[in-house]
Amino acid sequence: MRKVIGIILLVIIAWGIIISLQNVPFGTSRTEVADHYINKGIEETGAANIVTSVVVNYRSLDTLGEVTVLFLAAIGLGAVLASTIRKKEDRDTEKASLILSTGCKFLFPFILLFGAYIFIHGHLTPGGGFQGGAIIASAFLLMYLGCHKEKRINETGIIISESLGGLVFVIIGLIGLAVGTRYFLNNFLPKGEFNTLWSAGIIPIIYIAIGFKVGSELSKIIDLLMEES
Amino acid sequence: MNFLHNYIYYIGAFGLIFIGIFIMISKRNYIKVIIGLSILDTGVNLFLISVGYINNGTAPIFSKSAIESKNMVDPVPQALVLTAIVIGVAVLGLALSLGIRLYKHYGTLNLQKIKEQRW
Repeated sequence: MRKVIGIILLVIIAWGIIISLQNVPFGTSRTEVADHYINKGIEETGAANIVTSVVVNYRSLDTLGEVTVLFLAAIGLGAVLASTIRKKEDRDTEKASLILSTGCKFLFPFILLFGAYIFIHGHLTPGGGFQGGAIIASAFLLMYLGCHKEKRINETGIIISESLGGLVFVIIGLIGLAVGTRYFLNNFLPKGEFNTLWSAGIIPIIYIAIGFKVGSELSKIIDLLMEES
Repeated sequence: MNFLHNYIYYIGAFGLIFIGIFIMISKRNYIKVIIGLSILDTGVNLFLISVGYINNGTAPIFSKSAIESKNMVDPVPQALVLTAIVIGVAVLGLALSLGIRLYKHYGTLNLQKIKEQRW
Protein backbone atom coordinates (compact mmCIF):
# COMPACT_ATOMS: atom_id res chain seq x y z
CA MET A 1 0.00 0.00 0.00
CA ARG A 2 2.75 2.42 0.96
CA LYS A 3 4.68 1.51 -2.15
CA VAL A 4 1.66 2.19 -4.38
CA ILE A 5 1.12 5.58 -2.73
CA GLY A 6 4.80 6.34 -3.17
CA ILE A 7 4.83 5.43 -6.86
CA ILE A 8 1.68 7.50 -7.56
CA LEU A 9 3.23 10.50 -5.76
CA LEU A 10 6.47 10.14 -7.69
CA VAL A 11 4.69 9.92 -11.04
CA ILE A 12 2.83 13.15 -10.28
CA ILE A 13 6.05 14.92 -9.25
CA ALA A 14 7.90 13.61 -12.33
CA TRP A 15 5.14 14.82 -14.64
CA GLY A 16 5.32 18.31 -13.13
CA ILE A 17 9.09 18.41 -13.46
CA ILE A 18 9.02 17.27 -17.10
CA ILE A 19 6.43 19.94 -17.92
CA SER A 20 8.43 22.69 -16.26
CA LEU A 21 11.91 21.75 -17.50
CA GLN A 22 10.91 20.99 -21.09
CA ASN A 23 11.70 24.39 -22.52
CA VAL A 24 14.66 25.32 -20.36
CA PRO A 25 17.90 25.19 -22.38
CA PHE A 26 20.73 23.26 -20.82
CA GLY A 27 24.34 24.40 -20.59
CA THR A 28 24.25 27.47 -22.79
CA SER A 29 24.21 30.63 -20.72
CA ARG A 30 24.97 32.00 -17.29
CA THR A 31 22.90 34.40 -15.24
CA GLU A 32 23.81 38.08 -15.03
CA VAL A 33 24.85 37.70 -11.39
CA ALA A 34 27.31 34.96 -12.33
CA ASP A 35 28.72 37.11 -15.14
CA HIS A 36 29.30 39.94 -12.70
CA TYR A 37 31.00 37.64 -10.19
CA ILE A 38 33.26 36.11 -12.84
CA ASN A 39 34.21 39.32 -14.65
CA LYS A 40 34.50 41.70 -11.70
CA GLY A 41 35.35 39.18 -8.97
CA ILE A 42 39.10 39.50 -9.24
CA GLU A 43 39.29 43.26 -8.93
CA GLU A 44 36.60 43.43 -6.24
CA THR A 45 37.83 40.64 -3.96
CA GLY A 46 41.29 39.61 -5.17
CA ALA A 47 40.60 35.88 -4.85
CA ALA A 48 41.53 33.53 -7.71
CA ASN A 49 38.81 31.05 -6.74
CA ILE A 50 35.51 32.70 -7.67
CA VAL A 51 33.46 30.23 -5.60
CA THR A 52 35.41 31.29 -2.52
CA SER A 53 34.86 34.95 -3.28
CA VAL A 54 31.13 34.27 -3.56
CA VAL A 55 31.02 32.25 -0.33
CA VAL A 56 33.23 34.45 1.84
CA ASN A 57 32.94 37.90 0.31
CA TYR A 58 29.74 38.51 -1.64
CA ARG A 59 27.54 36.21 0.43
CA SER A 60 29.45 35.99 3.68
CA LEU A 61 26.37 36.76 5.73
CA ASP A 62 24.94 33.53 4.32
CA THR A 63 28.07 31.72 5.41
CA LEU A 64 27.74 33.15 8.92
CA GLY A 65 24.20 31.76 9.02
CA GLU A 66 25.43 28.41 7.74
CA VAL A 67 28.10 28.17 10.42
CA THR A 68 25.39 29.01 12.95
CA VAL A 69 23.23 26.16 11.63
CA LEU A 70 26.12 23.73 12.03
CA PHE A 71 26.69 25.06 15.55
CA LEU A 72 23.00 24.60 16.40
CA ALA A 73 23.10 21.04 15.04
CA ALA A 74 26.09 20.24 17.25
CA ILE A 75 24.29 21.73 20.27
CA GLY A 76 21.09 19.84 19.42
CA LEU A 77 23.02 16.59 19.08
CA GLY A 78 24.62 17.16 22.45
CA ALA A 79 21.25 17.97 24.02
CA VAL A 80 19.55 14.90 22.52
CA LEU A 81 22.32 12.54 23.56
CA ALA A 82 23.16 14.08 26.93
CA SER A 83 19.89 13.10 28.57
CA THR A 84 20.35 9.39 27.90
CA ILE A 85 21.39 7.45 30.95
CA ARG A 86 24.99 6.40 30.60
CA LYS A 87 25.53 2.85 31.73
CA LYS A 88 29.09 2.02 32.58
CA GLU A 89 29.30 -1.20 30.71
CA ASP A 90 32.71 -2.49 29.92
CA ARG A 91 32.30 -4.58 26.84
CA ASP A 92 35.33 -6.75 26.46
CA THR A 93 36.64 -5.44 23.21
CA GLU A 94 40.01 -6.40 21.92
CA LYS A 95 42.67 -3.77 21.69
CA ALA A 96 43.67 -2.79 18.19
CA SER A 97 46.83 -4.40 16.93
CA LEU A 98 50.15 -2.59 17.16
CA ILE A 99 50.39 -2.04 13.41
CA LEU A 100 46.93 -0.45 13.25
CA SER A 101 47.38 1.89 16.20
CA THR A 102 50.91 2.90 15.19
CA GLY A 103 49.76 3.56 11.64
CA CYS A 104 46.93 5.76 12.89
CA LYS A 105 49.23 7.74 15.13
CA PHE A 106 51.67 8.13 12.25
CA LEU A 107 49.02 9.34 9.80
CA PHE A 108 47.21 11.65 12.22
CA PRO A 109 49.52 14.74 11.99
CA PHE A 110 49.73 14.45 8.21
CA ILE A 111 45.96 14.46 7.82
CA LEU A 112 45.80 17.51 10.10
CA LEU A 113 48.45 19.19 7.95
CA PHE A 114 46.52 18.39 4.78
CA GLY A 115 43.32 19.85 6.26
CA ALA A 116 45.18 23.01 7.27
CA TYR A 117 46.63 23.28 3.76
CA ILE A 118 43.15 22.97 2.25
CA PHE A 119 41.66 25.77 4.31
CA ILE A 120 44.63 28.12 4.14
CA HIS A 121 44.69 27.88 0.33
CA GLY A 122 40.94 28.23 -0.01
CA HIS A 123 41.17 31.41 -2.08
CA LEU A 124 43.62 29.93 -4.61
CA THR A 125 42.70 26.27 -5.15
CA PRO A 126 39.51 24.20 -4.84
CA GLY A 127 38.69 23.78 -1.19
CA GLY A 128 38.21 26.02 1.77
CA GLY A 129 37.19 26.15 5.39
CA PHE A 130 34.37 23.65 5.25
CA GLN A 131 36.30 21.03 3.32
CA GLY A 132 39.44 21.50 5.42
CA GLY A 133 37.38 21.24 8.59
CA ALA A 134 35.84 17.99 7.37
CA ILE A 135 39.31 16.58 6.65
CA ILE A 136 40.48 17.53 10.16
CA ALA A 137 37.41 15.82 11.65
CA SER A 138 38.24 12.72 9.58
CA ALA A 139 41.66 12.65 11.28
CA PHE A 140 39.93 12.52 14.67
CA LEU A 141 37.59 9.81 13.37
CA LEU A 142 40.63 7.78 12.33
CA MET A 143 42.03 8.09 15.86
CA TYR A 144 38.74 6.94 17.37
CA LEU A 145 38.42 3.96 15.06
CA GLY A 146 42.05 2.89 15.06
CA CYS A 147 43.34 3.56 18.58
CA HIS A 148 40.44 2.05 20.47
CA LYS A 149 39.48 4.69 23.05
CA GLU A 150 43.05 5.17 24.20
CA LYS A 151 42.83 8.85 23.51
CA ARG A 152 39.87 11.16 23.70
CA ILE A 153 39.51 14.67 22.36
CA ASN A 154 40.33 17.39 24.85
CA GLU A 155 36.89 18.96 25.37
CA THR A 156 38.21 22.32 26.57
CA GLY A 157 40.40 22.60 23.50
CA ILE A 158 37.43 21.87 21.24
CA ILE A 159 35.30 24.52 22.93
CA ILE A 160 38.11 27.10 22.82
CA SER A 161 38.93 26.58 19.14
CA GLU A 162 35.27 26.60 18.14
CA SER A 163 34.51 29.78 20.06
CA LEU A 164 37.65 31.49 18.74
CA GLY A 165 36.67 30.62 15.17
CA GLY A 166 33.21 32.12 15.52
CA LEU A 167 34.53 35.14 17.40
CA VAL A 168 37.15 35.94 14.74
CA PHE A 169 34.51 35.72 12.01
CA VAL A 170 32.12 38.12 13.74
CA ILE A 171 34.84 40.54 14.92
CA ILE A 172 36.29 40.84 11.41
CA GLY A 173 32.79 41.52 10.14
CA LEU A 174 32.29 44.23 12.77
CA ILE A 175 35.65 45.85 11.92
CA GLY A 176 34.51 45.92 8.30
CA LEU A 177 31.36 47.67 9.48
CA ALA A 178 33.41 50.28 11.31
CA VAL A 179 35.94 51.20 8.59
CA GLY A 180 35.71 51.82 4.88
CA THR A 181 32.40 51.74 3.06
CA ARG A 182 30.57 50.63 6.21
CA TYR A 183 28.84 47.38 5.53
CA PHE A 184 29.04 44.13 7.44
CA LEU A 185 31.94 41.86 6.42
CA ASN A 186 33.42 44.53 4.20
CA ASN A 187 36.74 43.46 2.63
CA PHE A 188 38.85 46.22 4.20
CA LEU A 189 42.34 44.69 4.09
CA PRO A 190 44.67 45.34 1.11
CA LYS A 191 44.12 42.89 -1.76
CA GLY A 192 47.79 42.02 -2.20
CA GLU A 193 49.36 40.42 -5.24
CA PHE A 194 46.95 38.29 -7.25
CA ASN A 195 47.26 34.50 -7.05
CA THR A 196 49.67 34.43 -4.09
CA LEU A 197 49.03 33.25 -0.55
CA TRP A 198 48.97 36.80 0.87
CA SER A 199 46.12 38.11 -1.20
CA ALA A 200 42.36 38.64 -1.17
CA GLY A 201 42.15 40.69 2.03
CA ILE A 202 39.99 39.14 4.73
CA ILE A 203 39.09 35.97 2.80
CA PRO A 204 41.95 33.71 4.04
CA ILE A 205 41.53 34.91 7.63
CA ILE A 206 37.81 34.16 7.62
CA TYR A 207 38.36 30.79 5.97
CA ILE A 208 40.95 29.83 8.59
CA ALA A 209 38.44 30.76 11.30
CA ILE A 210 35.73 28.70 9.54
CA GLY A 211 38.16 25.79 9.22
CA PHE A 212 38.84 25.76 12.96
CA LYS A 213 35.15 26.11 13.76
CA VAL A 214 33.90 23.41 11.38
CA GLY A 215 36.73 21.04 12.29
CA SER A 216 36.04 21.28 16.00
CA GLU A 217 32.27 21.06 15.55
CA LEU A 218 32.43 17.92 13.39
CA SER A 219 34.99 16.38 15.79
CA LYS A 220 32.60 17.12 18.64
CA ILE A 221 29.76 15.40 16.75
CA ILE A 222 31.98 12.36 16.12
CA ASP A 223 33.00 12.34 19.78
CA LEU A 224 29.38 12.40 20.97
CA LEU A 225 28.28 9.65 18.59
CA MET A 226 31.26 7.41 19.41
CA GLU A 227 30.65 7.85 23.13
CA GLU A 228 27.15 6.46 22.72
CA SER A 229 28.06 3.39 20.73
CA MET B 1 18.99 10.72 -28.51
CA ASN B 2 19.40 14.45 -28.56
CA PHE B 3 17.05 14.69 -25.61
CA LEU B 4 19.20 12.23 -23.65
CA HIS B 5 22.35 14.11 -24.50
CA ASN B 6 20.93 17.40 -23.32
CA TYR B 7 19.20 16.26 -20.18
CA ILE B 8 21.32 13.37 -18.91
CA TYR B 9 22.43 15.37 -15.86
CA TYR B 10 18.86 16.26 -14.96
CA ILE B 11 17.75 12.67 -15.45
CA GLY B 12 20.48 11.40 -13.15
CA ALA B 13 19.80 14.03 -10.50
CA PHE B 14 16.04 13.47 -10.50
CA GLY B 15 16.60 9.72 -10.53
CA LEU B 16 18.49 10.05 -7.26
CA ILE B 17 15.81 12.37 -5.85
CA PHE B 18 13.03 9.92 -6.73
CA ILE B 19 14.94 6.97 -5.31
CA GLY B 20 15.43 8.94 -2.09
CA ILE B 21 11.75 9.93 -1.80
CA PHE B 22 10.62 6.38 -2.56
CA ILE B 23 12.91 4.93 0.12
CA MET B 24 11.66 7.48 2.65
CA ILE B 25 8.03 6.65 1.91
CA SER B 26 8.17 2.87 1.62
CA LYS B 27 10.83 1.67 4.08
CA ARG B 28 10.06 0.94 7.69
CA ASN B 29 13.48 0.92 9.25
CA TYR B 30 14.61 4.28 10.62
CA ILE B 31 18.20 3.84 9.40
CA LYS B 32 16.92 3.14 5.87
CA VAL B 33 14.83 6.30 6.02
CA ILE B 34 17.97 8.25 6.92
CA ILE B 35 19.81 6.63 4.00
CA GLY B 36 16.97 7.76 1.72
CA LEU B 37 17.26 11.29 3.10
CA SER B 38 20.97 11.26 2.31
CA ILE B 39 20.39 10.05 -1.26
CA LEU B 40 17.72 12.75 -1.73
CA ASP B 41 20.20 15.34 -0.49
CA THR B 42 22.83 14.17 -2.98
CA GLY B 43 20.32 14.32 -5.83
CA VAL B 44 19.31 17.89 -5.00
CA ASN B 45 22.97 18.96 -4.86
CA LEU B 46 23.67 17.30 -8.22
CA PHE B 47 20.66 19.06 -9.75
CA LEU B 48 21.80 22.48 -8.51
CA ILE B 49 25.31 21.90 -9.86
CA SER B 50 24.02 20.80 -13.26
CA VAL B 51 21.78 23.88 -13.53
CA GLY B 52 24.92 26.03 -13.51
CA TYR B 53 26.82 23.95 -16.05
CA ILE B 54 28.07 25.41 -19.32
CA ASN B 55 28.90 23.06 -22.19
CA ASN B 56 32.67 22.38 -22.24
CA GLY B 57 33.09 24.69 -19.26
CA THR B 58 35.91 24.90 -16.73
CA ALA B 59 35.91 25.43 -12.96
CA PRO B 60 35.61 29.12 -11.97
CA ILE B 61 39.18 29.42 -10.71
CA PHE B 62 41.76 31.76 -12.27
CA SER B 63 44.74 29.58 -11.41
CA LYS B 64 46.49 30.37 -14.70
CA SER B 65 46.32 33.56 -16.70
CA ALA B 66 45.50 31.60 -19.86
CA ILE B 67 42.08 30.60 -18.56
CA GLU B 68 39.31 32.61 -20.17
CA SER B 69 36.37 33.79 -18.15
CA LYS B 70 34.05 33.09 -21.08
CA ASN B 71 34.05 29.30 -20.56
CA MET B 72 33.59 29.25 -16.81
CA VAL B 73 30.62 27.53 -15.24
CA ASP B 74 28.24 29.43 -12.98
CA PRO B 75 29.85 29.88 -9.52
CA VAL B 76 26.66 30.73 -7.62
CA PRO B 77 25.11 27.20 -7.52
CA GLN B 78 28.46 25.79 -6.49
CA ALA B 79 28.61 28.18 -3.54
CA LEU B 80 25.04 27.30 -2.60
CA VAL B 81 25.78 23.57 -2.82
CA LEU B 82 28.80 24.08 -0.56
CA THR B 83 26.31 25.41 1.98
CA ALA B 84 23.84 22.60 1.34
CA ILE B 85 26.41 19.84 1.84
CA VAL B 86 27.39 21.16 5.26
CA ILE B 87 23.75 21.54 6.29
CA GLY B 88 23.15 17.99 5.03
CA VAL B 89 25.90 16.65 7.28
CA ALA B 90 24.40 18.52 10.24
CA VAL B 91 20.93 17.12 9.54
CA LEU B 92 22.35 13.61 9.15
CA GLY B 93 24.12 13.82 12.51
CA LEU B 94 21.01 15.11 14.26
CA ALA B 95 18.83 12.39 12.68
CA LEU B 96 21.27 9.66 13.76
CA SER B 97 21.33 10.99 17.32
CA LEU B 98 17.52 10.91 17.37
CA GLY B 99 17.77 7.31 16.14
CA ILE B 100 19.99 6.45 19.12
CA ARG B 101 17.41 7.96 21.48
CA LEU B 102 14.58 6.15 19.71
CA TYR B 103 16.33 2.81 20.05
CA LYS B 104 17.10 3.35 23.72
CA HIS B 105 13.52 4.31 24.48
CA TYR B 106 11.54 1.79 22.43
CA GLY B 107 14.08 -0.97 21.84
CA THR B 108 13.36 -1.05 18.11
CA LEU B 109 14.08 0.97 15.00
CA ASN B 110 11.06 -0.34 13.08
CA LEU B 111 8.79 2.67 12.69
CA GLN B 112 5.68 0.51 12.26
CA LYS B 113 6.12 -0.93 15.74
CA ILE B 114 6.39 2.48 17.38
CA LYS B 115 2.90 3.72 18.10
CA GLU B 116 3.49 7.43 17.58
CA GLN B 117 5.38 6.94 14.33
CA ARG B 118 2.94 4.62 12.52
CA TRP B 119 1.06 5.89 9.49
